[in-house]
Amino acid sequence: MRRRILPFSPWHLLLMPTALLFVLPLVHMVLTSFMTEREINRFPPRFIPSGLHLEGYRKLFAESHILEWLGNTVFVSAVSVVSHLVLCSAAGYGFARLRFAGRGLAFAAVLATVMIPIQLLMIPTYLMFARLGIVDTLAAAFVPWLASAFGIFLMRQFFLSLPAELEEAARIDGCGTLRTFVSIVLPLARPALATLAVFTLLSSWNDLLWPLVAISDDHKYTLQVGLATFQGMRRTEWSQLMAGNVVATMPLVLAFLVAQKRFIATMSLSGLKG
Amino acid sequence: MTLTFAAPARTATPARRPRGRAVRRALTGWAFAGPATLVVVGLSLFPAVWAFFISRTKWNGIAEPQDIGWANYRRLADDPDLAAAAQHTLLLTVLFVPGSIALGLLIAIALNQRIRFIGFYRTCIFVPYVASAAATGILAGYVFNPQFGAANDALRRLGLPTQQFLESPRQALLVVCLIALWGEVGFTSVVYLAALQDVPKELVEAATMDGAGRWRVLRSVTLPQLRPVTLFATVWQTITALQLFDLIYTTTRGGPMNSTQTVVYYVYELAFQTRRLGYGAAVAYLLFAVTLLLTAFAIWRGRRGGEEAF
Repeated sequence: MRRRILPFSPWHLLLMPTALLFVLPLVHMVLTSFMTEREINRFPPRFIPSGLHLEGYRKLFAESHILEWLGNTVFVSAVSVVSHLVLCSAAGYGFARLRFAGRGLAFAAVLATVMIPIQLLMIPTYLMFARLGIVDTLAAAFVPWLASAFGIFLMRQFFLSLPAELEEAARIDGCGTLRTFVSIVLPLARPALATLAVFTLLSSWNDLLWPLVAISDDHKYTLQVGLATFQGMRRTEWSQLMAGNVVATMPLVLAFLVAQKRFIATMSLSGLKG
Repeated sequence: MTLTFAAPARTATPARRPRGRAVRRALTGWAFAGPATLVVVGLSLFPAVWAFFISRTKWNGIAEPQDIGWANYRRLADDPDLAAAAQHTLLLTVLFVPGSIALGLLIAIALNQRIRFIGFYRTCIFVPYVASAAATGILAGYVFNPQFGAANDALRRLGLPTQQFLESPRQALLVVCLIALWGEVGFTSVVYLAALQDVPKELVEAATMDGAGRWRVLRSVTLPQLRPVTLFATVWQTITALQLFDLIYTTTRGGPMNSTQTVVYYVYELAFQTRRLGYGAAVAYLLFAVTLLLTAFAIWRGRRGGEEAF
């Protein structure tokens, strides 16, 4: 054993400053949202507000459509998550377990799409949506998130890892494919479904580029688009901007704190299998 | 992306089946897999092909598109704005990818220790990943504000000269890269942490018994085990760096003096600000080709490296 020079593990010397470096900007953001503009425009800066000032929030709520944006984002994310859960788990099961003509080709096509970047797709997708008449509606924001290659792939891999015996037993007992899927397979897939839900929530909630392209009516903005646009108009009104940031990030941060294990599992899985 | 192709398990199939059942099977299979496949393929392969036809036209999206053959692609070679954007993207990638890999690995090794407060550290380090790049960019604009931001305050306290950060054409890209690292290192750390926990304990114990020190164990046992993850993370972070948009949009919008304009930002400007859809699509195709080549190269290197290692 080596002699200990410090009364604690030397790893703390690395981890403590790193942890603070990562979390303090977010704390700074929350604290600033409760400051007055006069407190903010001062150098050297103060980090603790002199009181719980709500001007930033009051102005934000009065001068922007932030509540509508929040509602839009919640709606878009909810549709995306539910649709992902239904469509991707069904497709994942189909590709993993059902044998049908064209399966290999269809799955290869799905995988091939992973390589195509959004920047290439946004021009034609915009034109396509314009012709379908859904540009400037919330549908434009969620249609690309109804299902994803990653989701299909994730669910397929999960179903492949399940032993097939249970399903065979169910079939022998006279269960049809749909019934077997819904009442035998899906309950076993809860961890994979939770991972898929977290992945979809993070991606659809935080998306900026696509809704920025597809939506120009400021009542239909998602939170990210709304904030980015609002920032363009109020470059220096920091208490409002920070208040907006709090509204946009805190729901996910809270969800992360509550379900940290699930989030971390999602991050590492999207790492290993994406 | 390391796609693992596992063979689908065969479900029990009767030795003979009449034709009607094959049709039913196909219908059932497509009923399950069809909708998601239609969404995914319909919203990417079809637009990707269409984008190619657009890239061979001169078009503002309103008037009739004018077919100009390969002219847009020929123009790519002598477009100074594109050259500058490519240079910025390259610099960003070269700084961001190794940075996020090295920091992620270091943090993961630290987080893999059994010491006190480890849960607290983990939470703090992973939280920024959940915040959107848009919000991160707005926050960064505040922290790096030259007049009263916290970054300059820290410099002042250390007795260093204050900086212009995002408002300086020479510093802006570096600051953007730092912010991107802040937002993304949580991801590489998680990926490495998961992989570290999968390194077989017996391997490490055996090496220690043979008299290898901690550093030696890390270099000769742990790092080779992490090779596939490093390959994956490199590809993933390269794609992230090449496609960085949100952060640039909410920090600098490509400025000051175009110093943070990346290829992706340039495509956005061409297509949706100046409405040159044809040329924008051509630039997007160039970006796609580069992404494909880099990914293929990384996978090829990784495969070859893997063979040499074993």
